[in-house]
Amino acid sequence: MITAGVDVGSLTGKTVILKDNEILGWSLISTGPDSSETAKEAMDIALKEAGVSFDDMDFIVSTGYGRIVVPFSDKNITEITCHAKGAHWFFPSVHLILDMGGQDCKAIRCDEKGKVTNFAMNDKCAAGAGRSMEIMADLLDTPLNEMGGLSLDIKEKLAPLSSTCVVFARTEVLGYLHEGAHRNDVLAGACEALADRVSTLLKRVGIEGDFVISGGIAKNEGVVKRVEEKVGLKANICFEPQIVGALGAACFARELLEKKGKKKKR
Amino acid sequence: MITVGIDVGSLSTKVVVLNQDRIMAHEVRSTGVDAKKASQEAMDTVLNKAGISFQDVESIVCTGAGKKKVPFEAQQATEVMCDARGGCHLYPKANGLIDIGGENCRAIKCDAKGNVIDFALNDKCASGTGIFLDAMAKALRVNPEEMGELSLQSTQDIEVTSMCSVFAESEVVSMIHRRTPKNDILRGIHKSIASRIYGLANRILLEGELIVLGGIAKNIGLIATLKELMASDLIVPDEPEIVGALGAALLAREREE
Repeated sequence: MITAGVDVGSLTGKTVILKDNEILGWSLISTGPDSSETAKEAMDIALKEAGVSFDDMDFIVSTGYGRIVVPFSDKNITEITCHAKGAHWFFPSVHLILDMGGQDCKAIRCDEKGKVTNFAMNDKCAAGAGRSMEIMADLLDTPLNEMGGLSLDIKEKLAPLSSTCVVFARTEVLGYLHEGAHRNDVLAGACEALADRVSTLLKRVGIEGDFVISGGIAKNEGVVKRVEEKVGLKANICFEPQIVGALGAACFARELLEKKGKKKKR
Repeated sequence: MITVGIDVGSLSTKVVVLNQDRIMAHEVRSTGVDAKKASQEAMDTVLNKAGISFQDVESIVCTGAGKKKVPFEAQQATEVMCDARGGCHLYPKANGLIDIGGENCRAIKCDAKGNVIDFALNDKCASGTGIFLDAMAKALRVNPEEMGELSLQSTQDIEVTSMCSVFAESEVVSMIHRRTPKNDILRGIHKSIASRIYGLANRILLEGELIVLGGIAKNIGLIATLKELMASDLIVPDEPEIVGALGAALLAREREE
């Protein structure tokens, strides 16, 4: 039984291909202007890696912000449901998930089967999403993937940047740079602000149980370490935190197929 | 008696020199990253324009986000108080004010003497403020001063749904890619800001005759969309950005008397 999950996010597209319960292949690409093209591209790359063809796909589930426009999907499921499912696949004891994406951030509570029991979400404000890190990386001329590490190597602890608005934080950064502040110290302030913001989201759903962080920001150790400190829990992070939603979608595809017992013809 | 009011805002610094009730001179310049330098330069320029020296000034009151950074001896007053005092000096019949600043927005209810009765403030989020409009002007590559005029030429109704400036910028960029006419996008942006301001004014049940302050008040497109939303009469002074500084100068005189 071969199933696929496609997660079309605001900034990246991901596909995971499962054979029974084993990952055959996966992909992660940037979202282009056309979401259905992005889905196709992500699928093609994952197929190549898995060494199977599109016709072998028994069932496909799409998720993410662009889930409705995936042309070849057999069913679409919301990303919150898929993230909990995917996190549960990687870490079966999980009860609390923080998914930090490009344009939104979600705190999810789930039961021992990976079923969502509660969630809180910020999709209105960039200050609580991955987008804030991109803006800061750009402003401070630092590669996005180096930000976290640099932010842990600081000279002086500055006041955290505004956690309520990225536009204001940008003005604060310019002020700090003008005063001759060290870049790493400013980066630390940016990571601190995001960590502040997302931990309030976690508090809303209740902080307890095994904790998983997924999404692009899980790769930023500066944010992850600060979130861990604020909530007092160690975060579990899988080998590729950006594919957790797509994996959850692929798991649902398998379950749906088992229930219906009917393979989709390509 | 000659007094000076100085309003060091997040984006621009304003100074007014007052001789009794008459404005002798005023100056507006960008605050930049050094508020101290900007306020000193603005002060030098305005004194020069008024043809007086620093010794002639009997009292100074400063206000605005950067009021603590002013390099000369001065008293301080809150922005809300200065707005109300300056606005009601110009229009004693007004029931209140809306001040759209660079990084914040205020709705103020006041009496005929310019005493504050109630106010509501947005200083946590850039949406509904001047910096939001600036970012949009940049994304659309239009001169901020032309935004109002262009938006009035809009022919279809467009909604900018994102509340956050950062997300709205992406939304606008994708509209540009879809070849949505610039004028329609501009009107959509003005409508989004107007609805934030309207919400703020509603929190303190502001109605009647209202004065609109801040540099953004010069944007005729925004004023037009605000008028569509609000049942109030909106008045825009000739120099809407210097009203806070005028209020500060008036307060300086009152305190001296």
